[in-house]
Amino acid sequence: MIFALQSLPYLWQGLLITLEVSALVVVFSLIAGTILGVAIVYGPRWLYWPIRIYSDVLRGIPLLVLIFFMYYGLPLFKINLTNLASVVLALSAFKTAHIIEVVRGAIQSIPVGQTEAGKTIGLRFGQRLLYVIAPQAVRRFLPPWINAVVDTVKGSALISLVGIVDLMLAIQQVIGRTYIPMPLYVLGALMYFVINYSLSLASRRLEARFAYIRE
Amino acid sequence: MAENSKTSPVVRIRDLRKSFGTNLVLDGIDLDVQKGEVVVVIGPSGSGKTTLLRCINLLETYDEGSIQVDGLEVGFRDGTGGGRQRRSDRELARIRADIGMVFQLFNLFPHLTARENVVLGLRKVRRLPLAEARRIAEHWLVRVGLGDKLDSLPSQLSGGQQQRVGIARAVAMDPKVLLLDEITSALDPELVGEVLTVVQELARDGMTMIVVTHEMAFARDVGSRIVFMDGGRIQIHGTPREVLSQTRHDRLKAFLARIELKLH
Repeated sequence: MIFALQSLPYLWQGLLITLEVSALVVVFSLIAGTILGVAIVYGPRWLYWPIRIYSDVLRGIPLLVLIFFMYYGLPLFKINLTNLASVVLALSAFKTAHIIEVVRGAIQSIPVGQTEAGKTIGLRFGQRLLYVIAPQAVRRFLPPWINAVVDTVKGSALISLVGIVDLMLAIQQVIGRTYIPMPLYVLGALMYFVINYSLSLASRRLEARFAYIRE
Repeated sequence: MAENSKTSPVVRIRDLRKSFGTNLVLDGIDLDVQKGEVVVVIGPSGSGKTTLLRCINLLETYDEGSIQVDGLEVGFRDGTGGGRQRRSDRELARIRADIGMVFQLFNLFPHLTARENVVLGLRKVRRLPLAEARRIAEHWLVRVGLGDKLDSLPSQLSGGQQQRVGIARAVAMDPKVLLLDEITSALDPELVGEVLTVVQELARDGMTMIVVTHEMAFARDVGSRIVFMDGGRIQIHGTPREVLSQTRHDRLKAFLARIELKLH
């Protein structure tokens, strides 16, 4: 047990990697997913199909395959990324495909009359998006998006399989040294749970803030 | 010059044609609306009257013909003729800012209070300072009888109250013409009066309006002219007295019978 406690700083380092990777993926996928999601709803025809195919294909591939592809496959095309960059890219590409659908669904849940009312008072496209659609769509966007964020934190455990010492691999390495698996796995599970449960709580707070919007 | 501007119509529609696929919904509409006129458009559903209204601020595009609001072609960059180029979103926004519209289903912004609904266009389109935008919004909300509901959300208002906010939102922009699309059709019968009273006051103050409605008493009492549409064409066109006296016109007779002619 004493060994396990001595290994806490090591686990802490792993936890930081998990949080760093998750945060980067959440930010990148939010930006890319929002842009592509808006494009798939409002963009021209020639943009629709590439995005549609991207989203469908990426969501149909296991995350682990994608991680291996970016990690082992990209160097074959003379694209050499650091370990961390390649897994962030894999996770972001995967998450973006989901966020596209979340954004598309949130926007399309807003009745067309809202867009028409915005047009009628002379708002331009960007203004309609910013002042009319987005404030209403965000309420539909939040719950699935928080799910996606929680999913990202959990899914990031897979990066341990390419040798990045995140929380998951740190736990396994400590177990390898100490041979006390159960307490450490429980501790690890607890750490993942604390992160994700606080995210869920934060999301409920956020949703409550937008609950006043009713059609 | 002064004489000319007096006679040039606010809305000038010439040979307007539009199809949805193979379905011809507007089959050559000609209509002039002069400043201060209230033109009431009646007709059975599917007659094209709502589409006509929605073409005027280009919520629907039109294929052939011309719609000019205050001398400006709405749908295209230059006048008539082949190879017309459709207007950009930015150009359309500028044109639409001068054309008010009130919808059957209100279409208020549910995340904004009554006042904020009216303020939005004044701030972001007219670019007025906040204090002035709020002053104008409050003025119009008081005018439509909602001085005590400034900070209410649409979900806290009755249908009639929501529709009056819709009217305030449109007229606060000081439009050259106001389009009313069956604005009482979704209301409980006892709420229709409060909305029509507001419209009647606007008419009295000289607001130019095109009104699609089934309220025949309103058409008769407030309309400067009535346009009866059927099959994508204007069938009869004249003063309320002229139009409503044409009881021998088969289609008009059938239409009036169907809506149980409410002329008290």
